[in-house]
Amino acid sequence: MVGSKRNSVYSMIVLLPSLILLLIFVYGFIGNSFYVSLTDWGTGAALRENPVKNLIGLENYRRLFTGAIHERFRQDLINAIFYSLFLVAGTLGLGLFLAIMLDKGPKGENILRTIFLFPMALSFVVTGTIWRWIFSPKGGVNLIPTWFGMERGDFLWLSSREKVALFNWQSVPQIIALILFVIFAFMLYGGWKNGRRTQTIWGAVLSGLMLFYAAVLHYLLPPILPYAEFHGFSLATVGIIIAAVWQYSGYTMALYLAGLRGLPVAMYESAKMDGAGDITYYLKIAIPNMWPITLSAIIIISHISLKLFALIFSMAGADNASTGHPSVLMYLITFRANNFAVGAAISVILFLMAALFIIPYLIQSYRARR
Amino acid sequence: MKKGLTLMITLLLLLPMVSVWAGGQQEGAAAAEETETVAVPDVELDYGKPTGDLEIFSWWAGDEAPALNALIDLYNDDYPQVEVINATVTGGSGVNAKAVLKTRMLGGDPPDSFQVHAGQELIGTWVAAERMLDLTPLFESEGWMDVFPEDLINLIGTENGIWSVPVNVHRSNVMWYIPENLEEWGVEAPQSWDEFLNIAEDLEAQGITPLSLATNWTVNHLWESVALGVLGADKYDGLWNGELSWTSEEAVEVWATLDEVLEYTNDDFSSLSWQQATDLVVGGDAAFNIMGDWAAGYMSTTLNLQPGSDYMWAASPGTDGVFMFLADSFGFPKGVKNPAATLAWLKTCGSKEGQDTFNPLKGSISSRTDSDLSKYNDYSQSAAEDFADNRIVGSLAHGVTANEGFMNDFATVMEMFLNNRNPEQAANAAQAIAIQNGIVSR
Repeated sequence: MVGSKRNSVYSMIVLLPSLILLLIFVYGFIGNSFYVSLTDWGTGAALRENPVKNLIGLENYRRLFTGAIHERFRQDLINAIFYSLFLVAGTLGLGLFLAIMLDKGPKGENILRTIFLFPMALSFVVTGTIWRWIFSPKGGVNLIPTWFGMERGDFLWLSSREKVALFNWQSVPQIIALILFVIFAFMLYGGWKNGRRTQTIWGAVLSGLMLFYAAVLHYLLPPILPYAEFHGFSLATVGIIIAAVWQYSGYTMALYLAGLRGLPVAMYESAKMDGAGDITYYLKIAIPNMWPITLSAIIIISHISLKLFALIFSMAGADNASTGHPSVLMYLITFRANNFAVGAAISVILFLMAALFIIPYLIQSYRARR
Repeated sequence: MKKGLTLMITLLLLLPMVSVWAGGQQEGAAAAEETETVAVPDVELDYGKPTGDLEIFSWWAGDEAPALNALIDLYNDDYPQVEVINATVTGGSGVNAKAVLKTRMLGGDPPDSFQVHAGQELIGTWVAAERMLDLTPLFESEGWMDVFPEDLINLIGTENGIWSVPVNVHRSNVMWYIPENLEEWGVEAPQSWDEFLNIAEDLEAQGITPLSLATNWTVNHLWESVALGVLGADKYDGLWNGELSWTSEEAVEVWATLDEVLEYTNDDFSSLSWQQATDLVVGGDAAFNIMGDWAAGYMSTTLNLQPGSDYMWAASPGTDGVFMFLADSFGFPKGVKNPAATLAWLKTCGSKEGQDTFNPLKGSISSRTDSDLSKYNDYSQSAAEDFADNRIVGSLAHGVTANEGFMNDFATVMEMFLNNRNPEQAANAAQAIAIQNGIVSR
C-alpha cells in the first residue's frame, strides 16, 4: 500500500514537466487563439508592439459564415469536407484493394510492398511539385490521349472553375438540421429499443427540435445571407485528391495487409471448407473482422486531410481559390492581410473540425478500456 | 459519463450553427482606427564606423538575383569590413517573403534592412505599427530631396516622415508584343480597349490568343491597367482618395470592360507563371501581354531578345501619357542589430552609382532624376523619358495605393468575379472592402 502511494508520487513528478509544457504550449495556445478570435485584432496597426484588441464576441465567426466578402471561406469549408470524404474513401478503397492483391502472395510481393509504401516517405512538398508537373494543362496526363492519336486533353486539373453538386449557402442551416435530425432519430430509436428512458427523452426532444427548425423555423427566420450564393464540389480539387490518395494509399495498404495476415488461417480454411469463394471470404469475413483497423485508418487519414496545407500550397499555390482549404486561407488572412483575429477564428473552426473526428475515437477507446 | 459525452458532442455540433445565427445581417465593419500621432524617432546620422554583419532581407532570387548581387558588391567595395548576409525568400511579388518578415518582426528579430514595395504596403503595415525610423534627416543630408521626384517622395512618405529609400521604379501599365508577329497577323497595337476588342475577334479567328494572362495576381495587374484605361488618371486616383465611389457607374464599367477582355485570354491562365504568359507572346501563341516592365528584363536578359526590334511595347490601351509606377525600397526598422551598417546600406541604395548599378540589370529605371541613361537599354530609356514627363499614378497590385488588408481582400473579390463575372456584385464587394480597410470612410 505504501509502495503504491510512493509510486504514484514518483510518476506524478516524472509526468509533471511534460504536463506543464502541454498545458502551456498546447492548451494555453489553443485558448489564446480562441481569445484572439473574439477580438478585432487586425484593423489598422495590427503589427504594433502592443496592438489594440477589443473584444467583439462572435462577430468574426458571424462574418465568416454570413459576411459578403468571406465567400472564399465558405467554399474552402465545403472543399475541406470533400477533401476529407474523398481522401478517406480513396485511400481506404485503394489500400484495401492493394492489400488483398498482395495477400494472395504474388511473385515479388516484397518489392511491390515497398513500391506501394514508398510515396508515404515523401514530404507533401515533393509530392506537390511532382504532381503539379503531371497535371499541368499543356503537358502531363493531358498528353496521354495524343499517344492514341486523339486530341490533347484540355481539362484544367488544378485551375478549373467548374463546380458540380451546387447548393445554396442560404439553405445550409436547414441541411445541418436535417442531418442532426437523422442522428437524433437514431438516438431516439436506440433508447426506445433498449428501454433507456433518458436517452429516449433526449432523442425525442432534440430530433423534434431539429425537424421543427428544418420544416418551419427555417422559413420564418431571415435568411443567413441576403442573396443566394452557390457552392459545390470544385472540380479543380480532383487533382489534389488524386495526389493525396497516391501518397497515402500505401499506408492504408500496410495497415490492411497486417490485418489480413493477423487473421487466423483457420478462419480462411473453414470458410473455404464451407464453400466460400475468395470474394465472399474477403467481403463477409475478412473486412468485417478488420473493423478496428478501418476505424483507426479513417481517423488518421481524416486528420491528414485537415493538414493538406503543404500539398495545396506547393501544388496549386495559395492564391488558387478553386483548390482552396481553410488552412491556406488562414495563412493568407493572417500573414498577408494582417487580419489576425479572423485568421484565429478560422483556425478555431479547423480545430473544432478536428475535434469532430477525434471525439468518436476517444469515446471508442474509452469504452474499450472499460 | 456517456451522457456527458453525448451532451458535449451535441454542443460541439451546435456551435457552428450558433455562430451563424449570432447577430443580425448588418456588416459591422470596424473601420481602421486612427493611428494616434506620436513622436516618431528619426534616424541618427552617426552610428560610427560600419563593421560586423548586415542582413539584407528581400525576395530577389532567381532572375532578379544578379541585380541585387551587383548592389551588394558595390556596397562591399565601399565598406569592406561589413559582412553582408543576403537573406532572400523566393516567390514573385514577395508573396512568401512578406509572411516570413512578419513573423521575424513580431518575434523581435528584425533584419537590418528589408525590401518592401514603396507606398501603402509599407505605410499601412509597418509605419502604422510604429516599427520604422523616419529617414527625413538622411534624405536631407544626402541631398535626395532634390534628386527624387516630388511625386515619389509624397507617395513614400506621410506627414510624419519619409519611410524608405526607393532603389528602382517599375512601370505597371505596359503592353508587350512581337512586332513581326503583329505584321503577319495584320493588326496593330490597340490604343484603347474598344480597339482591342475589335482586333481580338480577328486574332481569335486566326487561332491566336489575343491577350495572354497568368496566375491570380496578374489578373489584379490587368485590372489596374483596365481601370486606368477606362477611368483616366484623375478618376483612378479618385478611387484611392475617396473622390470616386467604388459603386459608381464608372467603377462598374471597369469590371464590365474587364469581363469583355477576359473573354479573349487563355483558359489555363491560373496555372501559368507570369514568365509563361510572356513566353506565349514570344512563342507566337498570343498577341499581347500586359505586365510590368520586369518582363523587359526577362525578355532581354533571360530570352536574349533585342528591345525595339525583337519585342516592342506600348502603354496599355487607353493609358498613353500616364505612368503607373511601383517601386522597391529599403527601410530602417527600429531595433536593428547593426545600425551603422544599415545606414551605410541605405546610402548605397539611394546613391546615383548604386541605382545605376542595380537598375540596368533588374530591368527597371532609376528613381533618381539624374541617372546616367547611357547605361540602360532602349526600353529603359523610353521608360525613363516617360517617367520624367508623364502623369504619375500608383499601382494597386504592387502595393503603392492601398494597404495589405485591401490588397488581400481585393484578390478575394477578383476570385469571386472570375467565378460569377458579375460586375455589379464585384463593385459592391470592392466598396465593402474599401470601407473595411479604411480606404474610404463610410
